Amino acid sequence: MSGASRSLRQPGLRGMVVGSALLFVAFLAAWQWLPTLCGIPPFIIPSVSLVWQEFLHMLTHDRLVFHTAITAMQVGVGFILGVMLGIVCGFALGMSPSAEFVLSPYILALQIAPKVAFAPLFIIWFGYTVYPKILVCILIVFFPVMINVLGAVRALDPDIVRLAKSFTANRLQVFWKIEFPAAMPPLFAGLRIAATLAVIGVLVGELVGGNIGLGYLLAFGEGEGNTAMVFVVIILLTLIGIVLYSIVAFAERRVLHYLPSRARLPT
Amino acid sequence: MTATANAPRIEFRDVTKRFANPHSTARQGNGFVVAVEGVSLSIADGEVVSLIGPSGCGKSTLLNMGSGLDPVSAGEVHVDGELVTKPNRHVAFMLQKDLLLPWRTIVENVELGQEIQGVSSRERRTLALELLAKCRLTDFVDHYPHQLSGGMRQRAALARTLAVDPSVLLMDEPFSALDAQTKMVLQQDLGRTLADTGKTALFITHDLVEAVALSDRILVMSQRPGRIIEEIDVDIGDRDNPMKRRQHPKVGDYVVRLMNLLHVDQAAA
Repeated sequence: MSGASRSLRQPGLRGMVVGSALLFVAFLAAWQWLPTLCGIPPFIIPSVSLVWQEFLHMLTHDRLVFHTAITAMQVGVGFILGVMLGIVCGFALGMSPSAEFVLSPYILALQIAPKVAFAPLFIIWFGYTVYPKILVCILIVFFPVMINVLGAVRALDPDIVRLAKSFTANRLQVFWKIEFPAAMPPLFAGLRIAATLAVIGVLVGELVGGNIGLGYLLAFGEGEGNTAMVFVVIILLTLIGIVLYSIVAFAERRVLHYLPSRARLPT
Repeated sequence: MTATANAPRIEFRDVTKRFANPHSTARQGNGFVVAVEGVSLSIADGEVVSLIGPSGCGKSTLLNMGSGLDPVSAGEVHVDGELVTKPNRHVAFMLQKDLLLPWRTIVENVELGQEIQGVSSRERRTLALELLAKCRLTDFVDHYPHQLSGGMRQRAALARTLAVDPSVLLMDEPFSALDAQTKMVLQQDLGRTLADTGKTALFITHDLVEAVALSDRILVMSQRPGRIIEEIDVDIGDRDNPMKRRQHPKVGDYVVRLMNLLHVDQAAA
């Protein structure tokens, strides 16, 4: 529930919370009993209780916390580095149209290339370490951030910059007082996309090679035909993504508090 | 108000501006558009001068050169006796767009210029609040621009322009985006403020009545390349009270004269 919808639809909020909770219970119940009722075997869709048991088993026997922490760490590091790189390149290219013109074919090619395809290459280069996974994550996070920052710098009304210059602002002041804050709304739109992509980047790296992380457990579960384990890993990967997305959404609410509520995305 | 022996606040000496023509090809020969040609004008301390002319005649170009944002192609611009080569603290400009920064509150927006010029935060806050009070925006100092009406936003922009205490205000159709009544209220605010502070102003407008209501003198420009073809002294009192001045019987005569100079009737035919 976002702050915006809360303030807009105060009267129906209670009903919506109850409805949302009921739907969740209904979903769990359907997951528990519907497959059996429909004659679907547990190795296709394990019931929610089986998945829970598998989760507890993995905690004690498969170092689940360790693998989750490794994946989360890679996602966090890759996300932060990719975002920082994207911001720097976005501003640099945005301020230098000639550099963007020269580099645009390469940027476009890299943007279109499926970033996950680089995972095997990075594994060849860096071995079964955390680095290839972080690199794929950086690469996949980089583009939405860079493109949005670049677009924001381009879309800035030149008269605003002229206004600052008429007040005798130097280049640095124009950047910190005008260009940087003006790029915040598109930057956060890019961060939301990047947050959902970051987990994919790390996961693909882990699937391709290595013996740590949730991607490894996913491949391991698949090899064993342990469907419940695959379910557990999918849920945990989703949770990591949700945590990252929530951090971004929280930061966005703090930074973009000045926007009219209708202009903000619900979280 | 007549120009005294005082040195002019702002002076254009035979100023010409040429732009590279983006649409010209090598075959068409010289790739230049002359926006403004041989413009000389001088505005005394405390004088308010309006500049009118057909669209695209280079009025805004003149203003940009006056503020030091664009270089002149030939001639010189002097402000307070200093040759203008780059943006300086003597001039501040105001446009049709309020250009308020959406991430700053109104008072923070008003402080922008002083902040850039390194005025201490306490000092600039005091002055900003004072100016906002004069602009009747005291209740809105902590609001964000999107929460204000167009007229209020433009009043905040005026406060921001005055906050850097410029000798000369350059205004490019500041009220043209406002509805007729808001416009009259803001003209009144501006007229009073200019009179109170004794500021010098160069005011671009398309609104002939506005030019008559606000200024001591009106300069009429020709089609591109823009030249000054006529200079009219507005010989009506109450420059500090545009609302009253509008009602003066002589306003109609001035407007008719300006219409004829601009060939408004021909454009309609």
